[in-house]
Amino acid sequence: MAQVILKNIVKNYGKLEVVHSINLDVAHNEFVVLVGPSGCGKSTTLRMIAGLESISGGEIIIGDNVVNNLPPRDRNISMVFQNYALYPHMTVRENLGFSLKIAKRDQTEIDKSVDEASKILSLEDYMDRKPGALSGGQRQRVAMGRAIVRHPDVFLFDEPLSNLDAKLRAQMRVEIKKLHQKIQTTIIYVTHDQVEAMTLADRIVIMRDGNIEQQGSPTQVFENPINTFVATFIGSPPMNLLPGRVGKNMLEFSGGLILPIPIDFKDIVKPGQDIILGFRADHIMPVGHDLTIDGDSAMIEMSVGVSEPLGTETLLYTQLAGQEILAKMLRPRIVQDGETLTFNLDLGQCNLFDAVTQRNLR
Amino acid sequence: MIYKKLPQWFLLILPAIIILAAVILIPLLFSLYSSFTSYRLTRPDTLFNWIGTFNYEKAVKSGVFWAAFGRTILFLTIALNLEMFLGLGLALLVSRVTRGQRMLRTIMMFPMMFSPVLVGFQFKFIFNDNVGLVNNALQSLGLSNSAIPWLVDEKLAMFSIIFAEVWMSTSVFAILILAGLFSIPQDPQEAAKVDGCTPWQSFRHITLPFIMPFIFIAMAIRSLDVARAYDIVQVMTNGGPARRTEILWTLIGRTGYVDAKMGYANAMGYVSIFLAIFFTIYFFKKLNAARVELGMAR
Ligand SMILES: Nc1ncnc2c1ncn2[C@@H]1O[C@H](COP(=O)(O)OP(=O)(O)O)[C@@H](O)[C@H]1O
Ligand SMILES: [Mg+2]
Repeated sequence: MAQVILKNIVKNYGKLEVVHSINLDVAHNEFVVLVGPSGCGKSTTLRMIAGLESISGGEIIIGDNVVNNLPPRDRNISMVFQNYALYPHMTVRENLGFSLKIAKRDQTEIDKSVDEASKILSLEDYMDRKPGALSGGQRQRVAMGRAIVRHPDVFLFDEPLSNLDAKLRAQMRVEIKKLHQKIQTTIIYVTHDQVEAMTLADRIVIMRDGNIEQQGSPTQVFENPINTFVATFIGSPPMNLLPGRVGKNMLEFSGGLILPIPIDFKDIVKPGQDIILGFRADHIMPVGHDLTIDGDSAMIEMSVGVSEPLGTETLLYTQLAGQEILAKMLRPRIVQDGETLTFNLDLGQCNLFDAVTQRNLR
Repeated sequence: MIYKKLPQWFLLILPAIIILAAVILIPLLFSLYSSFTSYRLTRPDTLFNWIGTFNYEKAVKSGVFWAAFGRTILFLTIALNLEMFLGLGLALLVSRVTRGQRMLRTIMMFPMMFSPVLVGFQFKFIFNDNVGLVNNALQSLGLSNSAIPWLVDEKLAMFSIIFAEVWMSTSVFAILILAGLFSIPQDPQEAAKVDGCTPWQSFRHITLPFIMPFIFIAMAIRSLDVARAYDIVQVMTNGGPARRTEILWTLIGRTGYVDAKMGYANAMGYVSIFLAIFFTIYFFKKLNAARVELGMAR
């Protein structure tokens, strides 16, 4: 049983502050994913939790203990590193059993735990090989096996899949999810890949420049991004953003485009306010190729620049109010480049952001 | 014309072959040949007096030779082990230093820059029983009131020589091991910390296997050096007094140039070379095994 609590955690490298007083509560058994662009302080945060990096300010609590000054070995955590960090001079079996050997467990117990881990991760066939003789995916599994043999309170993953090819990555993603179901433990997982974050997380924590921008379930952050950064970072393709201004009971955009104010925002915006309208490709679709729209909608004519057929859907790259935007076509047909189509914009699914603060006005 | 028939590649490397032959092969063959003669420097005509393996038999039967042989092995074993442990310690300390490390590394190399002859004279003075630094210091501090015969007593003289050797060459180990420490990837060490290792356990299970190849490279280089040691001993004690510190090459040097028995000296030299070859092969085997262990070689 272990929760992890970060209270006002700060990290300085010399004069440079790279993590600015972040707060995070991770419940027991929760799968939390820290996601953000590279250099935003995810690894640093994770390494502070692991005890590999000193803490410049604040408090980290694992279980019921403040661990600020405990070395990694006294925190009962396991970590999977981006480059696997296997011990090259040990066989897979020795790699897996190393932590137990260090903990002076007896050999029968070590063998049992190692066998168990090797079964969970299907490593039985490679037990006597050294890491140098394994493929990337196998090394990755050894790294995970090494983490699970100890039955730690908390698992820490630092971009564990970023060195794998796309197919293997998708496969390992599922395995990690299964692993979490099998061995109920708290997991803190770092990635810059929002797809991993969306698919794995119970809760997503989005970081930027050493701050936490937003946290919530994958659907929450997907549907209600707190600002334009989250809106464009989470979800693929990213949310379309159109800068404009509030007029009399309408939104005005460059090029003379006029749209109604989405109903949720009617009472929030003031005339003359600079805003950014945000909507996802799923909510702007050619008439006849869209899903049913419950509330208000707007019809817009646009000519398609490029189309990307993906099979069950086609992505359409178009221009609107001087901005490149992406629309989606379900039940696709072949679209000629330059063809003009009429699109339906689902206003009920739109977000409005303040142009100055970039924050969601909701 | 003959050279027209020679292939071009051979013509191109011919100058190199000639030079190598002149500076390496011919002297080598000459000394090998002379070890089968009763060649004496004072009587050049003896160079053609073929006596077969007589010199070798004489060497193998000679108590003086085997005493020097044994002493060389002892010298080598003690000096190398001391240098290894001190060098390792020094490298570990220096690798922890964050400020001024570059300067420390340079200072560390100073002893290596001295000629062994100079080091020999320096320690000959330091350990001199009458005017030496050590005895003076001990006497002024009241720790001793007699003149300790540092370079005269058998054990003390051996100690003094080893001390000088270690002083001069520990940094060879330190520098090679330091290079090894710098080459260790960060990740496995962090993984070891997370896996529960104390600093000592990290060192024992992760750091040490990684620097083993470097230790063996240093061992191989230094065993060759020490098996051929000559100058320091020659200067400090001249193998004496009464052969108490006689090692192989002081014995060979004396036999060849002082006693002028060049043929015999060369024969002893060739027997001694096996010692150097043995240690070199031994440490290279170890080196390769350590590299295989790390998955660096097969
Ligand atoms: N040892 C260090 N010294 C100075 N700056 C560092 C150090 N490690 C990381 N940083 C800086 O801290 C910031 C966050 O790094 P990191 O946590 O590794 O980002 P990421 O989110 O990509 O994992 C980066 O700007 C990086 O340059
Ligand atoms: Mg990182």
